[in-house]
Parts: sequence; structure tokens; C-alpha cells
Amino acid sequence: MTFAILPGMGETIPLQAYLGLAAVLFCTGVWGLINSRNAVRVLMSIELMLNAVNLNLMAFSNYIDGQLIRGQVFTIFVITVAAAEAAVGLAILLSLYRNRETVDMERFNLLRW
Amino acid sequence: MTIASTTQLICFLVLAVTLVVGSLGVVLLPNIVYSAFLLGGVFLSMAGLYLLLNASFVAAAQILVYVGAVNVLILFAIMLVNKKETLAEIPGLVVRKVLSGLVCVGLFVLILRVAFTTNWALPGPPPVGEEATIRIGEHLFSDYLLPFELASVLLLMAMIGAIVLARRDVFSSDVITGEPVDQGLLEKVRTPLLIEKPALEKTP
Repeated sequence: MTFAILPGMGETIPLQAYLGLAAVLFCTGVWGLINSRNAVRVLMSIELMLNAVNLNLMAFSNYIDGQLIRGQVFTIFVITVAAAEAAVGLAILLSLYRNRETVDMERFNLLRW
Repeated sequence: MTIASTTQLICFLVLAVTLVVGSLGVVLLPNIVYSAFLLGGVFLSMAGLYLLLNASFVAAAQILVYVGAVNVLILFAIMLVNKKETLAEIPGLVVRKVLSGLVCVGLFVLILRVAFTTNWALPGPPPVGEEATIRIGEHLFSDYLLPFELASVLLLMAMIGAIVLARRDVFSSDVITGEPVDQGLLEKVRTPLLIEKPALEKTP
């Protein structure tokens, strides 16, 4: 069972469609990052933004760099870093929750001037 | 337009709609458990888009790492910190939402303008298709060897850091008798760092 798409078929969907989709995802992530009150939702928004960047890299890798596919290698590194970031971020969140007993972002203001 | 390309277009449209609706749901839904499950749907449709882009290995890695690890980790975090709390009203919250929405729309228009006005080097060389996994392996063990090794060090650091950060502080010995106590059963009584705002404002 193969998932490969035959050469010459990639031209039906333009590159800009993928770029626009990634832009929608990234802007949604930015809005959620700014406006979320729940700390877990902030982490989810960061994951959305990282996925948008991954989609850009994959689209460029397929359309422009089809032989060397350096974009796919970079996507794998980004996935690695995202997994590490999620683990550390959720550990920080648990530690915060034990100390402040809330997940409200507006009350994590110990370092604010 | 051949049938195969029509199928590809339909797949792309369905995945794109799922992606956009899912990401909006992640950000906007009030119940965070629904948000977490929708995030899993977003990751799955992203893997489908990777399959459309001739990258079966990265699609498998996306499902394994994101759906299998990150999403489950987020669900565990939600279960651990799931306390019903009524969020205090913040003055100017609506203004902040509208303003940041405008900024995000502006960013979106900017990215779209860049995407449509840039003269991309299209069409590029034909995609390698199913050989992509072999090429990725060659890259990882030749010219990207140092980032590959650094990624493993980063994962080790993240693992140790997560353990240290999320660990509970426990007594190692009984305070009165001095005997060692069962680890993991006792938890140190801690004073929460909650600082009440009115108490601070009264002092001056």
C-alpha cells in the first residue's frame, strides 16, 4: 500500500493554497496565544503555530526543493523541539498550578512590574 | 483535469476545512476538553496534508509524536489541573480581543500578500515521492548529523527538566524521630504564593 502521489500531479493545487492555509492557522494561534485565560490553551495555541510553520516547510519542500527535501528534515527537527517544548511547558504548568492553585493567565503576575 | 487530480483537490479542500474549523474551535470553545480533542483532529488533518505533499514518513511521525504524545500529554495536564474556577472579570477584555483580532487579520493579509506577490522558483524539480524516507535518512546521517545529535541531547535535557520541574518535594526523614519515611506518601506543607492584590494596595 503506497501513499505516493504520482509525479506531475502536484501542480493542480497551487503552492499559495498551502501558504494561505498555514497563514490562517498561524494567525489563529497568535490570537489564541494573546487572548487565552487558561494556561493549557496557551500551550495548545503554541502547538498550532508550530504546525503552521511545519506546513509551510513541507509545502516549500515539495514544490521548490523536490529532490533534496530539506524542508522535510527541518520539519522533523521542529517536531522534536515541539515535543520537548510541550513536555517542559506542561511541567512548568503543573508546578505553577501547585504554587498558585489557578490556571488563570491573568494571575501569573509575580514578575510583572 | 484528470480524476486523480480531482480527488486530490477534494481531499485538500476537506482537510483544509477541517483544519480551519478545528483550529478556530481550539481557540474559541469554552470547554477546554473539547479544545484538546479538536487539537487532535487538527493534528490528524495536518498529517493528511503531509500525505498530499508526498511525505509519508513525516506524516507518520506527525501522527506518532503529535497525536500519540503531545495531545495525550495535554489531556493529562487538563485532567491534573481541572478545577472549576470562575475567572475574575478583567476590565477592557473585549477591547483587547478586538484589537488583537485586528492585529492578527493584518498579519494574515501581510502573509497572504507576500505569498502571492513573491516570484517563487516554480516549477521546481519533480518531487521524489516514495523515496523521501531514504533521502531523509541520508540527510540525517550526513549533512544534518550535528543537528540530529543535538536534538537527542535536547530531548534528554527536556526529559530531565520535566521530571525536576514536576516533581513533588517530599521529606526524606521524619522530623521528630529522624527515621526515613516512605517516599511519595508525604508531601511537604507548602505555603501558596498567592498574593492578594487588595492587601498590597492597602499598605502604603
